[in-house]
This record gives sequence, structure tokens and C-alpha cells, in this order.
Amino acid sequence: MSVLLQMEDVCKEFPGVKALEDVQLELVEGEVHALLGENGAGKSTLIKVLGGIYIKDKGQIFIHGEEAEIRTVEDARKYGISIIHQELMMVPHMSVAENIFLGQEKTGKMGSVNLRRQEKDAQRILDDFGLNVLADTLLGALTIAQQQMVEIVRAVSFGARIIVMDEPTSSLSNKEVDILFDTVRKLKEQKIGIIYISHRMSELDEIADRVTILRDGKYIATVNVKDTTREKLVSLMVGRELSSYYTKTDTATDEVILEVKDLSDGKMVKNVSFDLRKGEILGFAGLVGAGRTETLQNIFGLTRRTAGTVKLYGEEVNFKSPREAMKAGIGLVSEDRKKLGLFLEQSVRFNMTIEILDQFIKNLHYSRAKERKLTQEYIDKMETKVATMEQIISGLSGGNQQKVIIGRWLLATDKILILDEPTRGVDVLAKAEIYEIMDHLAAQGLSIIMISSELPELINMSDRVVVMSHGISTGILDRTELNQEKIMMLATKELEL
Amino acid sequence: MGKNKKNGFFTNLWNDIKPHIGILGALIVLCIILTIITDAFMTPRNLFNVLRQISVNVFLACGMTMVIILGGIDLSVGSTIAVSGCLCAGFITKVGIPAIPAIVLAVLLGGLIGLVNGLIVSRTTIPPFIVTLATMNIGRGIARVYTANKTITISDPIFSFVGTGYVFGIPIHVIFIIIIVAVTGLILSRTQFGRHIYAVGGNRQAAIYSGINASKVTLFVFLLSGLFAGMAGILTASRTFTGQYSLGEGAEMDAITAVVLGGTSMSGGVGTLTGTVIGCVIVGVLNNGMNLMGVDSSWQYIVQGVVVLLAVFIDFFKKKGLKF
Repeated sequence: MSVLLQMEDVCKEFPGVKALEDVQLELVEGEVHALLGENGAGKSTLIKVLGGIYIKDKGQIFIHGEEAEIRTVEDARKYGISIIHQELMMVPHMSVAENIFLGQEKTGKMGSVNLRRQEKDAQRILDDFGLNVLADTLLGALTIAQQQMVEIVRAVSFGARIIVMDEPTSSLSNKEVDILFDTVRKLKEQKIGIIYISHRMSELDEIADRVTILRDGKYIATVNVKDTTREKLVSLMVGRELSSYYTKTDTATDEVILEVKDLSDGKMVKNVSFDLRKGEILGFAGLVGAGRTETLQNIFGLTRRTAGTVKLYGEEVNFKSPREAMKAGIGLVSEDRKKLGLFLEQSVRFNMTIEILDQFIKNLHYSRAKERKLTQEYIDKMETKVATMEQIISGLSGGNQQKVIIGRWLLATDKILILDEPTRGVDVLAKAEIYEIMDHLAAQGLSIIMISSELPELINMSDRVVVMSHGISTGILDRTELNQEKIMMLATKELEL
Repeated sequence: MGKNKKNGFFTNLWNDIKPHIGILGALIVLCIILTIITDAFMTPRNLFNVLRQISVNVFLACGMTMVIILGGIDLSVGSTIAVSGCLCAGFITKVGIPAIPAIVLAVLLGGLIGLVNGLIVSRTTIPPFIVTLATMNIGRGIARVYTANKTITISDPIFSFVGTGYVFGIPIHVIFIIIIVAVTGLILSRTQFGRHIYAVGGNRQAAIYSGINASKVTLFVFLLSGLFAGMAGILTASRTFTGQYSLGEGAEMDAITAVVLGGTSMSGGVGTLTGTVIGCVIVGVLNNGMNLMGVDSSWQYIVQGVVVLLAVFIDFFKKKGLKF
């Protein structure tokens, strides 16, 4: 098999940071080559150099054995390089066909766009990939997964030979991941090379051929997926052996503090019942769209309840706003950090203390010292890595951002903490630290509800797991009976009935 | 507290000024040039004159700073000047209400316009640009209807004192500037409400998730902007002894200019009052300098536009340089 791409001794320096130092990468035809590394390891910088977004300081890029000079995005496209970003770069108000041919429209005699021909061609390409999508539907009407496929199809139709996928599965359900992987296999058959970035180790076994590991901007190793183990990969990534990835001690008590019965919001949540005990980590499992997030958003006062009861310490509650829930001691860390959690242009301090302003701003008196003290206390407590607390939060890694938000809620609440996908987009080391913190908090008597799509995380961290399907809680599993099969059976229950 | 108070004060002052060092430098250079080429610029009389010219804009810009940090825009403030100015003049001259209650009433009318803006913006997803564009036209129309397109003259001593008086030898507009800047500064830096403005402007959804009542914050910010514009209307009318429907025409643009010059982000969430105040002074000094040099007023528009572009360009490249 011939070599598609070779990057050698690539260096890229930003003011004060060596983002890439002599990094190499080789991609052969029909290969899925995973790029692995913690946040800040240099993966995205490398990809941006390849895609013409950054210009490398040193090093060489060969495509089909010939040196390529990539200085702009157009250059990269000319060399057949296409990057599928996490945030999709398409127009939701246009049809699938129009999106596929965006920038290379099929024109008729008068220079007008030949929509019918575009649709026909687009449909043929979509069918070739076995995608169940009509070319004339509006892109925005498709699921995220389908949109992603359209973007891949678009890249191929542009003549891409090298496709980079940046965390393509981060917002997909398990079933959608299967469809994506089918598409990836079709690309392999067409001898297209794929560079695949993901934090999910379990996916690598399934889809990747080789893995290149980066750490702190340096090239560490390239290994065959078949010849390695997950533990080996993790230790290459973090540079040391992780003694224990999950930390879970037995901290649950028998005291029930939250009781939810027949809860419904009239939309996604149809009938949910569960109880939460003091010092417990209660997992929430289910497929995407099962109504887990919506259930807890409802309890948190973000949506209105149409039926059912919620009792906190035996007393019935019905929060009308997050503020009320917060005052009752309940916090919620949302799954979408950027959209629903962070004040991106503000400092770590601002982000940390926004919910407890009343503790240091009173009657036109603002105690900066007290705010700094509280912030520092929780930066330390959460083992957050920051230069200073005045650092703008957008400069932190995903893991550290997540720690700041968890810290924010710990400052404001003391009874129940709802964590929605707490380790999404978080690197391995920070994940292990977040698990440790969760365990520690539970030991101190905090009750944690953890919504997660990662089964290993649910199985290893939960005392019990509530499984949901189609807006209904289909079962509650004890720690002793937790395994992937049981969870998946309950999670797909309604589907098979 | 007492021990590091001094240290703390200067550190705070430095922290306030540091981000604006560029624009402050530009202002100083501008002043030096004007001092050299004109005799009249660096005189107490002229400097007070500059302050008088910018006082109305300071009122509007203080409100506008909060609105823009919130991620909004308020185009109605210029018209609010006309509404409050004309109606106050009418209350005194036509209706015969004593000056002080007339002034209070007129300011409250400004607040009412702000309240309407705030209610619509906070309860719907209609962009503030559209909402305040509409109330801008409505406000101007009200002023025209009420005055029947004629000028209402006022000859009330209390009313004219508000615009032209002196207190202990200090021109009253200087005192007003200090008060309004202090009040806005306190709101932004020493109240929870101020912090909430930054939060809602930075990320409205995240603010709601953090237990902040974003609609209430939005409502109050627009209300304040309206009240401040109402006060600006009184100042404007009092200075000319008249209520005219054309009062404050285009004033909203001067306010936005000052805020943008001060480095406040039009996308919300970031900005300082210090920057806005410097922005107001730059606009004032620039206009004053050009007047002293006898530059044609048509050219003044062009210069002002170029300066704004220059300021945002510098800001753009500064950001681009820092973010890699």
C-alpha cells in the first residue's frame, strides 16, 4: 500500500509555547490512523497545520511522496485534504444537495445553478454511501450524525483523499456511531486515508489501524492497534502508569433525600421514578434522546412539570427556576460546557464565583480579598491547573474548565449535584481526577447524579444506575448487578416491544 | 483592610487603566498636539467647555455601556432626549407644573421608554436593534406631535440652573458627570446586578443555568438606559432654554462611538466604564480641537468615523495577535 501523507519534523511555535516539536505522522491509503493525546498535546495544532489554518515553522509535508507547500485552506483542499470539524461547517437553511455542492455548484448554460442536476448527483453519491438521506431535504432537518455524514460525502465529492475527523463521535448515540463507522469503512475501500481524533479509547479497537501518540507537543510513538492494549496507550499518553483509573469507595447511606415519582414534562419525559440517597453516586444510563437530560433539567426547574411528584427530604418541591433549585441545595453541571456553562471571555475567578456573589458583594461593598480566597480554595480543592485565577477561562483545557464549573456548583450547593456527561471532551488524566473528586465528594455526604453515555464510566463509578428509554425509567440496577448487557437491554427496552 | 487600603486603591486604579493604556496614550498625544497648535485648547475655560459638551454623551454612554455589555444595543436614547426635553418644556411652559416635579416626571418618561424596550427585549427573542429602532421612531414622533413641530421656550430659573448653573464655583455639569459615572461605576463593580450584567451578556444560557434571572437583568438595564437618557434630555433642553423635537438627533451614535472606543465588545460580556469615559473624552476633545482649528463640520464627521475604525482595527489586531 502506498503512502498518502508523510509529515516530518513539523514544528510550530506560538508566543511562549512550543505547540509542536519535531512531530511526524504517516498515513497510508485506506488506513484509519488515530491521533491520540491529552488536550494540549498538539493534536489540533498538527491538524491545523495540515489543513492550512496554521503555517508550520519547520518541517516537511509530503503527499504521494512529493513535497507539498500548504499555506492556506485552499492549498490543503487542492492537495485533497479535508477536515471534518467538531462544529460542522455547513449551511442549515440549504438543502443537502446544495450543501454538498457548496462552492462547486453545477451550473447550466446561463451560469445559473442547475438544482435538479445537483439533487440527482447528490442523491447518487448519498446512495453509494448507503445513507438513508434525501438530497432535497433541508440540512438543518437532519440529525447531527446525518449532517456529519453529509459533510463527509461532501469532502469526498470534492476529491478528498485525506479526511481528518476531529472527535466525530462526541455528539453521537451508539447507533449513530455504528452508521458513522460503516461510512468510514466505505471510505477505506475507496483507498481514502483517514486521520481520526477521539478521546474514546473503546472506539480505537473497533475502527483504527494505527495510533500515533502525542504528548506536550512531542511525537511519542506510533503503534498498531492490534499489538497494543488500552493500558499501554493510556500510559503512553500521560507518560506514566495510571495506578487506578476509577476511584470508587462505598459511600452510600440508606437515607433517601430525593424521591421522584411518575415525573413527566409532557414532552421528552414521560414517566420517571427513582430515589436518591445521601452520599450516593446515582448513574443515569440510556441512549441519546432517552430523556435523561430533560428529566434532570425538569427537576432543576428549567422546564415545567405536567405530572408526578418530587420530594426533597420528604417535602414536596416544584422548582420554577434554577435559582429556586440552587437555594434548595441542588446544582447542575450541564453537558454542553461552552453553551450552557462557561463565560468564555471572563476569568477563572468570575466563572467560579458567579453563583455566590452575595458572599462578598453586599450593600455596595465588594470584598475582592474574600472572592479571591474562595476562588483559590476551590481551585486547590479541584486540583485545577491555572496560571492565575485572573486567566481567561477559554485558555484552559476542557478538563480544567470542567473542574472550574464543578467548583462553581460546589461553592453554591451542598446537597445534590447533577453532572451531565461530566467527562465529555476531557482528557484521560483529568477524567481520572474528576472521578476521584466525585468519590471524595460522595464520601463527604454529597449525593451525585451522573448522566453518562460511557458505559464503563457508569459501571465503575455508580452505586446504582437508573436506565431510561423513550422518556421512561425502565429499571434501576444495583452496583452488584451492573454490566453492559443489562444496561443496554433496559436502554433499548421500548424499541423491541 | 486599613493596612493595604492605599496599596489596594492604587493597584485597583492601575488594573482599571492598564487595559486602556493604548487609547489613553492616544488621548494624551491628541491633547499635546492641540496644546501646541492652538492657544485656546489648554485653558480652564475651554476644558470646562469640553466637559460641558460631553456631559450629555456621558449620560447616554453610561447607560449604553451597560446595554452593550449585556449584549444589546439601545438606539432609542437620542429620541428619548427629545421626548423628555420637549415634554418637560411643555409641562413647565404650557401646563404650568413647577420645574422640579416637571423634571422628575420627564425623567420618568424616559424610564418608561426604557421599560418598554426592556419588557419587549427580555420577554421575546426580538433583537434589541429592532425593538429600539422602533421605539426610536416612536419617541421622535411623540416629540414632534407634542410640540406640533414648534419650539417651546422655557424661562424657569430652576430649570436653567440644571443646565447652566454653578455650585461652589464648579459648573453643575461637572458635578452631574461625576455623579452619573460614580453611580454606573458602583453598579458595575460593586453590585451583584453589575456582575449579572456581565454574565448575561457573556452567555445568557449559562447565566440562567447559574440561577440568574436573565430577563430581570435585561429589563433593568434597559430601564436604566432610558432613565439616564431622560436625564440627558433635561440637560439638553435646559442648556438651550427650549424644547425642540430635534433635540438629541443622532446622539445614540455618539454614545455607541464612545463605548466602542472604550473597548467594550459589541458582542457583549466584556467592557469597562473606564474605557467608556475615556472614549467620551476623546470624542469631546476631538470635536473641540477641530472647532478650535476651524475645521469644517462636514469634515468632523469624516474624522470621527475614521477614528472609530482605527480604534476597532487596533483592537482587532491586538486580539488576533494574542490569540493563536
